Amino acid sequence: MTDAGTLHAITVVGHDRPGIIAETTDRLAALGLNIEDTSMTLLRGHFAMTLVCAGSASDTELEGALAPLAEDGTLTVTVREVPREQSPYETASAWVLTVHGGDRPGIVSRIAAEVARVGGNITDLTTRLSGDLYLLLAEVALPADADVEGLERAVKDAAEALGVGASLRPAEADEL
Amino acid sequence: MSGTNDRLVSWTEDELGVTGRVLDVVRAPAAVLSTDGVRVDPTAPEVVQLAADLVATMRVSPGCVGLAAPQVGVGSKVFCVDVTDHPKTRTGHGTFVLCNAEVVEATRKEKAREGCMSVPDLTGDVKRGSRVLVRGQLPGTGEEIEVRTDGFEARCLQHEIDHCDGLLFLDRVAGAHAVYARQTYL
Repeated sequence: MTDAGTLHAITVVGHDRPGIIAETTDRLAALGLNIEDTSMTLLRGHFAMTLVCAGSASDTELEGALAPLAEDGTLTVTVREVPREQSPYETASAWVLTVHGGDRPGIVSRIAAEVARVGGNITDLTTRLSGDLYLLLAEVALPADADVEGLERAVKDAAEALGVGASLRPAEADEL
Repeated sequence: MSGTNDRLVSWTEDELGVTGRVLDVVRAPAAVLSTDGVRVDPTAPEVVQLAADLVATMRVSPGCVGLAAPQVGVGSKVFCVDVTDHPKTRTGHGTFVLCNAEVVEATRKEKAREGCMSVPDLTGDVKRGSRVLVRGQLPGTGEEIEVRTDGFEARCLQHEIDHCDGLLFLDRVAGAHAVYARQTYL
């Protein structure tokens, strides 16, 4: 029953406290919504959650049901209907990109631009700042005809200009 | 099969004939940690002293099972290991130092979580061979050594050889969500 109804993308961002996930999903369940995909984390201590849910409720009904979460001003909630989409990257190859070095503005944008330049799609990305160490980890889908060596060279050159190090390697899957 | 290398098992830092000094361990993003180390002459006095210093620094660092020259600020291919007291160890060769070491074979890859004194706040899931053949030279005599080992010692050797080549475990982690904040400090 996961492909019935309309899809809604919901974001909940703000001050962290126990119970946010329980309260949000309880309200979604009460409207008969099925959670299809979720990502939740803490970013510098701030709660950040994105959900994609399917069901027959409208955006307006959803907004009304979730409004109490934002009442005290510590959380921001958004709701938006989104189309169902097939990933266009099924024939792509999977790579893991690591960048680490001293922190400075522009690392993500400069490195991401090189990936975009060859038609690569970043499918997952996390960054961390640990003391002076900035770390970027990205999973990258590259088109079958992508010039991987060219991309690796471009990424390393960009990293060198930023004063950081970078490596690109195939994502290894365990076939069981 | 692992088959311990008796020469390596019998090796101790006493062979170096110099007293090791405890050095400061450098942390990322220090450039030396991301720079390919230079090959060394294992018989050179400064390499012998460095070998002793690495062992001395490893000994005083809680939980430390290996230390590479870049971690004490020296961009060269020298490292020490000692996994003797680690609960995950199967095969172990005690304390030893290798110069100019390389991984000749690595098979049966397994994923495990690694930490590093030079990246003290993070750990990460890294896939490495659980059986390896490593070739290197002993400091002082320069004898060429081939060692087959497995399990935790194999992982440790690959981690230290990576350091000597300017790579951190961060360059090997399995994916975008394979790095974690370290919860406990040794």
